[in-house]
Amino acid sequence: MTLVSMRGVTKAFSGVPALIDASLEIEPGEVMALVGQNGAGKSTLIKILTGAYRRDAGTVTLSGREVDFASPGAAQDAGISTIYQEINLVPHRTVAENIFLGREPKRWGMIDIGRMNREAEAALARFGITVDVRTPLSGFNAATRQMVAIARAMAREARLVIMDEATSSLDEREVATLFQTIRTLKAQGVGVLFVSHRLDELYAVCDRVTVMRDGRTIGVHAMNAVSKMDLVTAMLGRALAAAERDLSASHGQGAGAPVVEAAHLAAGRRVRDVSVAVREGEVVALAGLLGSGRTETARLLFGADRPDGGRLTVGGEERQFREPAEAIAAGFGFCSEDRKVEGIIPDMSVVENLTLALMPRLTKAGVIDRAAQRDVAETFIRKLGVKLASPDQKIRELSGGNQQKVLLARWLAMNPKLLIVDEPTRGIDVGAKAEILKLIRDLSGQGLGVLMISSELEEVISLASRVVVLSDGRDVAELSGEAISEHGMMAAMAADAEPRSGHG
Amino acid sequence: MVDQTIDGKTGAPKRTSRSLAAAAQRYGVVVALLALILFNIAATPNFLTWQTLNVNLTQVCAIVIVAVGMTLVIAAGGIDLSVGSLMAIAGTLAPLIFTGALFHLPTTAVGIGLAFVLPVIAAAILGLFNGWLVTAFRIQPIVATLVLFIAGRGIAQVMTNGNLQVFKEPAFQVIGLGRIAGIPVQVILMAIIVAAAAFVVRRTLFGRQLLAVGGNPRAARLAGVPARRVTLAVYGISGALAGLAGLVVVARNGASDANLVGLGMELDAIAAVAVGGTLLTGGRAFVVGTLLGAMVIQLVRYTLLANGVPDAAALVVKAGLIILAVWIQQQAKGE
Repeated sequence: MTLVSMRGVTKAFSGVPALIDASLEIEPGEVMALVGQNGAGKSTLIKILTGAYRRDAGTVTLSGREVDFASPGAAQDAGISTIYQEINLVPHRTVAENIFLGREPKRWGMIDIGRMNREAEAALARFGITVDVRTPLSGFNAATRQMVAIARAMAREARLVIMDEATSSLDEREVATLFQTIRTLKAQGVGVLFVSHRLDELYAVCDRVTVMRDGRTIGVHAMNAVSKMDLVTAMLGRALAAAERDLSASHGQGAGAPVVEAAHLAAGRRVRDVSVAVREGEVVALAGLLGSGRTETARLLFGADRPDGGRLTVGGEERQFREPAEAIAAGFGFCSEDRKVEGIIPDMSVVENLTLALMPRLTKAGVIDRAAQRDVAETFIRKLGVKLASPDQKIRELSGGNQQKVLLARWLAMNPKLLIVDEPTRGIDVGAKAEILKLIRDLSGQGLGVLMISSELEEVISLASRVVVLSDGRDVAELSGEAISEHGMMAAMAADAEPRSGHG
Repeated sequence: MVDQTIDGKTGAPKRTSRSLAAAAQRYGVVVALLALILFNIAATPNFLTWQTLNVNLTQVCAIVIVAVGMTLVIAAGGIDLSVGSLMAIAGTLAPLIFTGALFHLPTTAVGIGLAFVLPVIAAAILGLFNGWLVTAFRIQPIVATLVLFIAGRGIAQVMTNGNLQVFKEPAFQVIGLGRIAGIPVQVILMAIIVAAAAFVVRRTLFGRQLLAVGGNPRAARLAGVPARRVTLAVYGISGALAGLAGLVVVARNGASDANLVGLGMELDAIAAVAVGGTLLTGGRAFVVGTLLGAMVIQLVRYTLLANGVPDAAALVVKAGLIILAVWIQQQAKGE
């Protein structure tokens, strides 16, 4: 019998339709992919299934019985578990405590710690993970934490596990472990709904794919019968070919004078010995697995953290940045990988977010020249094609892709010499992704030096003129020209990356 | 962007109730004030008199002056518990200065002048000390300012051996008792401070940077905002305004009691900020709201007193108001 069947589901928010006749079917033991651009209705559909929202119309059945969950708790009791992108766990409590949070086994009114630990170990063992469940969760890497979240979900005897961008914070090895887990779930007859922006992952693990666009389900395909191009085209509703080819055009040649040269940077345990240089008009990528020290290196260059050792030369002069403000004054810009935590000021308008770094230059006697501020913002909103209702809108109301454009504009308005972008396309839909990559390429064509960090090898290949491969806090290889290929980078990363335990 | 609302990531399901709550957060204080005034017109004898207005305005000035500083601190993501104690220090210092008890004065005029300036500077420096604790050692603001909350009143008491200072010095007491064109000087002072703070928050670089620091400190720092300097300055301003309020209070009373000046003021000020609609989580400042919030609190106290309800009960009502304000904020923020 079909595990989940959603049919003719509609939902509107204050009159604006979010779902129009959406449908979704999942068989027991099936891994179903759900794809669509930001705003296609994926989250709304999932939230209806998990009881976070109520539907306006349509039917939802679970194992043949019609259901209408009034709350997430009701859906969980019915066997639907959800694992979100931002893992909802308590870092300072132990692994076992996290798995049993809220359902601790009790004896005489006290938590039966021995039993809890034994059962937690057993729950993790089902997925081939052996860790000391008595140690705090914060000591483990993202993949292990993700597994704990899954073990927690499974300890509830789930019949359906929903993974919403569960892989976005994992590196390739960790993703492989997660996939193994999904296959285990599948073998146990559990249905999995898998949402990811990374198309490759869908092919690796999913059986079928449901495509959504503009609040409608527009197709269900067997994974092995649909090409990547078809999938992207279906999601976007237009051919993406042009944008993609644009990106794969020739790599930036004729790089100019060095903008920044870092030699033997070191800080703590994360950065041991990294040397990297960026010249005008070139895109240099820092590649490496999660935890290899990419972000930490970028933060050292930008003055966000202080190095323990190493030399930084900017425009031929040795410098030490104590604060980001000093790096900014030297012509640097930095787009952090975490837009929410380190990028946007959520309650401020788009205009103010865009001009945040520039604001001191738009100020006369302490008072901001608002006309000039608006001019700058409108110019860049137009230039970068930011889609918004009004420049005075709060930035948190924008989609991820548009927020990212505003943050890029924050630096472009400063007319920088070096732009550091950390995972510039994370959590952004395919269409906006291509636009942002094209933008970076164009900027470097105009002489901007770019230091890019990306976990998406395709992005690195299409943009970078040089790649510095990091492993365990050291630069282990530098690739350029023909050597920049998926195989070349993987080989360089793998060469020095010895298998490590759960810690990292 | 329409798509985004559709996706529900903005938490759209409770949209109507949320925008209602948002309106309540912004205008609730106005409604509360009007309701209180209407109630008093109906229930309190002689409410619509100059006398009543006078009493309430002079009572509310000190709260407003302190609460404006508190608004800035809270908007920048902090809180300042030391304001009451700083009022006591400033209020104790002033009479010590103009009576010549602290140092020899060349003329009385100089003494009066210094009695206005030095206590405010001293309070500002102590405010900077708060800011220093917060920025240099990353101590949580509530703990950092607790230091002076406790020690400050002690310092004030030590300066006078805990004795009450009674004085009559019309030139100094202008700040609490004087009038210009019939309007009390302290009310004019309050109006200027509110207007200046509202302007600073809306239009100046410092104001916007302070909101950025309060809204997302890490993002602000990475965008080159001098977060430490901004935080320091905000606590300094809060200290200076508390000092000024201390002068107003002792000038009005013609007496300075280190045990009583500014007692409980930190809570009144925080309450005024909360009732006025400024988010206690930082990132937003609603200075005019704070003014209205302080008036609501003052009027509640007056209403209860005028109708024979004891002061102790007024405290309970005040607590109820804070709970209501915070609840409205929660609703407006969504889950």
